[in-house]
Amino acid sequence: MSATLLSQLTIFVLAILVGFEVISKVPATLHTPLMSGANSIHGIVLVGSMLIAARADNPLSQVLSLIAVAFAAMNVVGGYLVTDRMLQMFRKKAPPPPRPADEAK
Amino acid sequence: MSALDTILQLAYIVAAAFFVLGLHRMNSPATARSGNQLSAAGMTVAVAATVVLVATNPAQGLAWPIIVVGVVVGGGLGLYTARTIKMTDMPQLVSLFNAVGGGAAALIAIDDYVRLAGTVGAGGGAIDLQTVVASILDVLIGSVTFSGSLIASGKLQGLVTSRPVVFPLSRPLNVGLVVIALAGAAFLLAGNVSVPVLFVLILVALLFGVTLVMPIGGADMPVVISLLNAFTGTAVAMAGFVIGNATLITAGALVGASGGILTKLMADAMNRSILNIMVGGFGVGEAGAGAAVGGGPTGSVREINVDDAAIQLAYAQSVIIVPGYGLAVAQAQHSVRELADQLEEKGVGVKYAIHPVAGRMPGHMNVLLAEANVPYPQLYEMDDINPEFERTDVALVIGANDVTNPAARSNPASPIYGMPILNVDHARNIIVIKRSMRPGYAGIDNELYLDPKTGMLFGDAKDALTQLIGAVKAL
Repeated sequence: MSATLLSQLTIFVLAILVGFEVISKVPATLHTPLMSGANSIHGIVLVGSMLIAARADNPLSQVLSLIAVAFAAMNVVGGYLVTDRMLQMFRKKAPPPPRPADEAK
Repeated sequence: MSALDTILQLAYIVAAAFFVLGLHRMNSPATARSGNQLSAAGMTVAVAATVVLVATNPAQGLAWPIIVVGVVVGGGLGLYTARTIKMTDMPQLVSLFNAVGGGAAALIAIDDYVRLAGTVGAGGGAIDLQTVVASILDVLIGSVTFSGSLIASGKLQGLVTSRPVVFPLSRPLNVGLVVIALAGAAFLLAGNVSVPVLFVLILVALLFGVTLVMPIGGADMPVVISLLNAFTGTAVAMAGFVIGNATLITAGALVGASGGILTKLMADAMNRSILNIMVGGFGVGEAGAGAAVGGGPTGSVREINVDDAAIQLAYAQSVIIVPGYGLAVAQAQHSVRELADQLEEKGVGVKYAIHPVAGRMPGHMNVLLAEANVPYPQLYEMDDINPEFERTDVALVIGANDVTNPAARSNPASPIYGMPILNVDHARNIIVIKRSMRPGYAGIDNELYLDPKTGMLFGDAKDALTQLIGAVKAL
């Protein structure tokens, strides 16, 4: 086993433990935004997609990396925006004017 | 390592730290939004570092067009869906993001394997074992996630039936798929380099994703989505091993852990094992039967009218509202909040009791109520609210059924025995708004409705609430 693999495995295991530790404290109220936020974080696959795009030297690679970049970009942009949209709705006090227009939704 | 490389690697570490801190800030609704923004900042740092990395290395001719077109098209779609999606449709969007994330992770391994097979395989050599292991895992998990999440998303959207679909040979088929996948994986691990075998693996995994999710019913979706979320994270971490990028490993592992925890919490809240849900035993037959049983026992049910209900609510000291998915189906979140406002004006203390599996994904009901401007301090989790029911004058149950069934506590013969429930039956009075006496998803009669303390207000959740609001105002 190479030293690189060993250090990568260390990172992997520690990150899982950190994940357990950080996330098990999140209240049920926030589980949907949490999942959506975690969803945006796996959009980090965009970095990998860009790296394979950079070395794509044949049509197959180019097509694969284009799809990968598009998928990952959708994941990142959509994920963060929709999580933000959800979280801004969580308020401590009800806002003063109720908007009947929302009913239409 | 050159100075630039060092800076880029440090940037990746900063990004990973931001992800962890961002998730940490999700601990409280007050800091959650800034947590998400911190996480987004981390993502921006990571992507910016990658742009520099690509720009400073000899890139292939089409690298920039691919990246720019991909980001514009994918980002545009993400922007559009994130802006326009309705909060009731959140589960399918999250599922869709799982699909694309898992798909992108699988594509990375596929591309890497095909490239290595082209260079190493031609000379009769072998690809080193660790890359093969990571590639196989990435391709398998990523592909299962891709097709499984698309099916889950389709089911939630109503494009695919949300009823559990069981085809006659599904079990032998699944076993066959697993055997083929194992054989293919073993062949590649034995040192053989073969792109066709990799494509067989992809195909098998895609099929397996479909057969995995098709038999699962709508009410089990919180577990499925959590599990697929964990899968996506794991696939991304594997992609990190494939291309040797520590940021992907860290971020993927974080997401894998979060999905794993939520899967466990959801399964616990249904008192079922994850395996049991994935195999789709419970609710398969009963869900169909439940729809067919129309009447049910109506003997000692006490029906009340809107005015009685309004008087009970308005002259109570404390009211706990128990919303279920039926509320969201009827789009009655705003009406509930309006009723609560009316009651509070009359000096009634109002709280909401939320069961962990209310809705179609973990915590879904909280988001729907937050959208209707319900302040989050009024939203209570099951364990916090259960002791309060006995001190409560009226429990108002809207569109929730199985999670309020006392049989889960008292009747060992009941299929839901042992499932944690909201102790609605401990309240002094209970009002249930319900369309009919039809049993819930599990097809089980709810003895709560036969309790002498319970008044049944029959009708559509939204209509009934609108009438209640009027009646309370008139008092």
